[in-house]
Amino acid sequence: MHHFATTGINQRNSRTQELFRLLFMMMTVLLVLPVLIIMVTLIYKGGAIVTLDFLLSNPLDGMTAGGIFPALFGTIGLVTVALLVSVPIGVAAAIYLSEYASDTWLTRLINLAIINLAGVPSIVHALFGVGAFVIFFRFGTSILAASCTLAVMTLPVVIVATRESLQSVPMAFREACWNMGATRWQTIRRIVLPNAISGILTGVILEVSRTAGETAPIMFTGAVFFTPFLPQSVFDQTMALSLHLFVLSTQVPGVSEALPYGVALVLISIVLLMNSASIGFRMYLRGQKKW
Amino acid sequence: MDAVEVHRHSFQRNRDWYIDQFVQHLVFLAGISAIVLIIGIFFFITKEGMAFLFGDVSMSEVFGSMFWEPSDEDAPDYGILALIAGTASVSGLAMIVAIPFSLGAAIFIAEFSSGTTREWLKVLIELLAAIPSVVWGFIGLSILNPLIIDLFDVPVGLNVLNAGLILGLMAAPIMTSIAEDALKAVPDRYREAAEAMGATRWQITFRVVLPAAKNGLLGAVLLGVGRGFGETMAVLMATGHSVNIPGSVFDSVRALTATIAAELGETARGSEHYGALFAIGIFLFVITFVINLSADLIVRGVKES
Repeated sequence: MHHFATTGINQRNSRTQELFRLLFMMMTVLLVLPVLIIMVTLIYKGGAIVTLDFLLSNPLDGMTAGGIFPALFGTIGLVTVALLVSVPIGVAAAIYLSEYASDTWLTRLINLAIINLAGVPSIVHALFGVGAFVIFFRFGTSILAASCTLAVMTLPVVIVATRESLQSVPMAFREACWNMGATRWQTIRRIVLPNAISGILTGVILEVSRTAGETAPIMFTGAVFFTPFLPQSVFDQTMALSLHLFVLSTQVPGVSEALPYGVALVLISIVLLMNSASIGFRMYLRGQKKW
Repeated sequence: MDAVEVHRHSFQRNRDWYIDQFVQHLVFLAGISAIVLIIGIFFFITKEGMAFLFGDVSMSEVFGSMFWEPSDEDAPDYGILALIAGTASVSGLAMIVAIPFSLGAAIFIAEFSSGTTREWLKVLIELLAAIPSVVWGFIGLSILNPLIIDLFDVPVGLNVLNAGLILGLMAAPIMTSIAEDALKAVPDRYREAAEAMGATRWQITFRVVLPAAKNGLLGAVLLGVGRGFGETMAVLMATGHSVNIPGSVFDSVRALTATIAAELGETARGSEHYGALFAIGIFLFVITFVINLSADLIVRGVKES
């Protein structure tokens, strides 16, 4: 239904609009395309050697062949200990920020610190880990020191995700509970946390994904190029997948071509699967909201 | 209610009250942990770098010399000028790549797409952000390196171009998502008013939405720059890691972060070289702190207005 004749200006405008839409679309596609290209290349070049045997056997011939079991085991250990340190602190910090803190200069300072903590370069975290955990607290170069460094680095992820999910619990739930005579903590434990737990879990999975891929913070705090033994306690050193990829692709001569591709494929699969799980879970929860 | 019950009741309340107080103090301690950690980071890297900062090497030599030769036994040099040039050139190229693409993507996602397309694009951008730094470095080494050698007929493909492209892709997701937030924060009534005046979609975008969102977009760029300065593994693997003031994008360089990562393992604790690496750490910490702080202030200014 054209009430007005289409003028030259209108035609030019709609052509320009279409042109810009296409330009922006192309930019977006070029930005997300690398994810797909990288996945396809890694699968194409490294997919063939990634078998259950590869995951569960030791490196051979000076790491130029064989499997990646010690590195995989080490990464799982590092991530687990890091979670044990950062999740309780992060969740408690988020409870403080969401349930107790009012809008004061201190709260603003805390928020500023969280943002800045997330922006500190990973190698500076590594230096902090060496100075604080390895030397000052006398953990030595160990899983404990490396995991603490990782925990400090990923603490903002837990705090931000938890705070968000605590704040999405409606105020009316808390008020109803307080009216029944419950204390603040009883309200948090029985009402707020159970309603926010799945959102917190999303944040924790995201943290796993971040922690598993980090290399610089663990290089000097607990991860080593090669060790023939699996760690027996948190005070032992360990191999890690991310560092193993770095070592294979820069430090060891004569590595078979597929090997680093295989390691990269395993590492990126763990990270992206965890991340997708977190995103999927978040979308599912958004659809499930009862209020 | 007899006396015993009243007594038990009040005892119960008291115990709950004590628990409540205890928890309140406990979560407060956790709450200020981020502040404690930021101060702790600064304290511990300064503690290790102190001896170098106030040692024999003058700061004018550190910031004035382009020679980084810490393992020279007779006359070690600790000039970080070339390292700063390395970091700056790689970050600069990364921004030239990332700024137009992430702004374009943010505009497309916020203004030109909707529903499932938007959701999928945001998921893909988030996954791009999740790829670990060491994997990016490996991609620079094994995919981009031979590609650059073939395309441009240069002897080495590990250079400013390689690391800049990689770093651009690494910084783009955070910039896209902050920029998209900034565009989303522009009230719809601005768009409606412009539409009522007969403006087309791209006119609205360029004349109304972008100017209104400019602070948020600036914040996004600053955060990207912060990422570029702090990135370690990818830069270590893709720059070629040779001390150099680059004359072109095909020159190999060495970044501040990469120098720490490559050399800390081989220095003895307490040595001059060890202190110098921690001093670089202090420098990096201060720079990224200032960048992140200003980005935050700018972005927060947008939210409050």
